[in-house]
Amino acid sequence: MAEEKPEKKKLDLQRRPMPKQNHWERVKNFDEVALGYPVAAAVEEASRCIKCKKPLCNQGCPVGIDIPGFIKCIVEGDFGSGIRKIKKTNALPAICGRVCPQEEQCEKTCILGNKQAPVAIGRLERFLADWEAAEGKIEVPDMAPKTGKKVAVIGAGPAGITVANDLIILGHEVTIFEALHECGGVLIYGIPEFRLPKAIVNREVNYVRSLGVKIYTDFVVGKTRTVNRLLEEFDAVFVGSGAGLPWFMEIPGENLNGVYSANEYLTRVNLMKGFRFPEYDTPVKRPSRVAVVGGGNVAMDSARTAVRLGADEVHLVYRRSKAELPARVEEVENAEEEGVIFDLLNLPVRLIGDENGWIKEIECLRMELGAPDESGRRKPVPIQGSNYRVSFDAIVMAIGNGPNPLIQMTTPGLDINKKGGLATDPATGRTSRPNIWAGGDIVRGAATVISAMGDGRIAAASIHRYLMNREGEAPVT
Amino acid sequence: MYSIVERRMIVPNMHEFIVRAPVVAESVKPGNFIMLRPDPTGERIPLSVADWDREAGTVTSIFMQVGGTTAKLARLKPGDTIPTYVGPLGKETVIDKFGTVLCVGGCYGIGSIYPIARALKEAGNRVVVLLEARSSFLLYWEDKLARVANDLFVITRDGTKGRKGHIDKIPELMGAAGIVPDRVIVNGCTFQMMRVSEVTKPLGWKTIVNMNPIMIDGTGMCGVCRLSVGGKTKFACVDGPDFDGHEIDWAEFLARRKGYSPEEVDPLRHSSCRSRF
Ligand SMILES: Cc1cc2nc3c(=O)[nH]c(=O)nc-3n(C[C@H](O)[C@H](O)[C@H](O)COP(=O)(O)OP(=O)(O)OC[C@H]3O[C@@H](n4cnc5c(N)ncnc54)[C@H](O)[C@@H]3O)c2cc1C
Ligand code: SF4
Repeated sequence: MAEEKPEKKKLDLQRRPMPKQNHWERVKNFDEVALGYPVAAAVEEASRCIKCKKPLCNQGCPVGIDIPGFIKCIVEGDFGSGIRKIKKTNALPAICGRVCPQEEQCEKTCILGNKQAPVAIGRLERFLADWEAAEGKIEVPDMAPKTGKKVAVIGAGPAGITVANDLIILGHEVTIFEALHECGGVLIYGIPEFRLPKAIVNREVNYVRSLGVKIYTDFVVGKTRTVNRLLEEFDAVFVGSGAGLPWFMEIPGENLNGVYSANEYLTRVNLMKGFRFPEYDTPVKRPSRVAVVGGGNVAMDSARTAVRLGADEVHLVYRRSKAELPARVEEVENAEEEGVIFDLLNLPVRLIGDENGWIKEIECLRMELGAPDESGRRKPVPIQGSNYRVSFDAIVMAIGNGPNPLIQMTTPGLDINKKGGLATDPATGRTSRPNIWAGGDIVRGAATVISAMGDGRIAAASIHRYLMNREGEAPVT
Repeated sequence: MYSIVERRMIVPNMHEFIVRAPVVAESVKPGNFIMLRPDPTGERIPLSVADWDREAGTVTSIFMQVGGTTAKLARLKPGDTIPTYVGPLGKETVIDKFGTVLCVGGCYGIGSIYPIARALKEAGNRVVVLLEARSSFLLYWEDKLARVANDLFVITRDGTKGRKGHIDKIPELMGAAGIVPDRVIVNGCTFQMMRVSEVTKPLGWKTIVNMNPIMIDGTGMCGVCRLSVGGKTKFACVDGPDFDGHEIDWAEFLARRKGYSPEEVDPLRHSSCRSRF
């Protein structure tokens, strides 16, 4: 890193702020918080790029976007070429620009970050994607001639959508089978409207549909039809069924009323539009004191949803300290601005109910940070005898999700990895069965949108090689 | 879009509901359920399956009109469509050659016990069917059930048909007929399933109940359907809906079913059953 000799010019260390809805306004609505760069700010921000000879930013991007390339286009005002560059490797830029943990990826490796603020790569990516959508001229890629090969994709989350996108362009016939009544996976049922408008997700889904991908919703593979049954019709199957199984802490009182998994809470609000009850039929409670347990994006989303549903006080109960919060930094800041109270270094040990089986109180232990654990983070250790109780009328458990076991339970011969997901060869995404691939959260456990897309990309390439030349890849045994 | 083949009130408040859904009909088994949405702004609710026709690609359920969603369903006519109808979900009821099996049906469960009784009969069991209702005018499908049952008993609260009384008369009724079941399977409202489990427990009659909690996705994603079975938390939608009735924490289950009653639109498929006890 130190050898890098950037182009000589005065460094512009001030990152251009992105306009946001005021926090006192936005807590009353579900509209998107971050409003995106206007053209001038985008060009200024892009001009901060110092055009490193050996750029490191694109190595930080899991799908290897040509970041310096698209930034240069913005500087030159050639937005069309910019978005084309991104779309070569990322089919969902409007989404990634909004939800990628950039500070861990592309922006982490930006040289300017050593001095102060790295170039706002994610915001610029979002700028180009939104510009293209506003122009209304979405370019259709060159489609390869039809191969006559058929691929089934299980799950319409980011992994599945990426595979479908790549394979249809390569000339294969692609059919997506989705369990829910809408496509998008976590993007539609989990991540709230105020962070990722559903119109954007629907736009991307419609785009792959317009390329000729067939989509069957209301189709639970393993139940409606098994993978083996699909293989009677399809030459290859990709499993992108995600990590939809909510974890609980296994502490007393978790089955009390008023205790929700984050998935339930967010699904009621996002997929079923509970925030628009009674216009929509699905109810969601609007309690006044809410505790959200966890510290990741799911926890931030739940806490900020509770704020918007009118809670007087929302607490985020997390067992480590602020530095270890796994959520995107931007969302932690947003949550703080919106008044979420962070109860750090606290571990819930028991939930206490009233006589009707409703949650009344949470009992926590205070923690302190000890020596680093396997993950490199300092391990929280309970302070003996520090138990205390606080009253809440709703608890949202946002401590994580595991791979959905339905596919492996109903498909013989699939090896399982340490996380309880499908074991794959990382270089190809292939499972222990030669005509089945997998990627995204079903392999990694709850991870990120972009890693799911990266997996999808790798798997699509491998499926393509397999379909075009079956002997090409020796089946993994 | 899934088209309605038939929607007919068969007894007061209870509707027979036949939907064209060929991929569901293809693999549906006794004890499964489906999830549906009545319209684009509607809630997702589960319904147990009561019959099917694989060739015609149709699936039949019986639903009781209790709240908003079932009220919407009750207005559907043949030819209308609904946007979501997904399944078959849940584990199927275990069918084996057990010997003598007592199949208890009440409420909508008179419908869903039918394919179970039929499969048990085909598997070579002696099938004893017991139907329970508040009054004789609430009974349906007796003829269908009679065709698959070796013995058919009826209990009505008001004595207008069969034995007068409550479901807890089961031991007496079986005793009088000289029947000792090797297994009891109950499909019905929560209180019926709980009462049957309570009375069969001391007798050591293994009792399987088909649970009916609130569900949203029905595929294990939200966990709203969780219940305690033998001290462990299970998801009714993927681990069930059949469980051993003697191992369920019924008090917790009843409390959870009421979780949405104040603002609920149609949370409890069969909440009105409560008035029967
Ligand atoms: C609330 C929340 C917030 C998040 N925030 C961020 C963020 O800010 N940034 C980020 O990068 N990541 C975030 N994540 C994680 C990210 O969303 C996931 O890593 C990503 O969506 C995984 O993609 P996937 O395609 O593997 O699976 P999913 O998005 O989970 O999609 C899987 C799809 O498969 C369907 N499915 C499952 N089983 C079956 C079956 N048997 N048959 C048919 N269909 C099936 C599901 O219904 C679903 O639609 C968040 C996750 C949550 C829950
Ligand atoms: S896809 Fe994500 S990691 Fe890659 S450049 Fe865009 S924001 Fe950064």
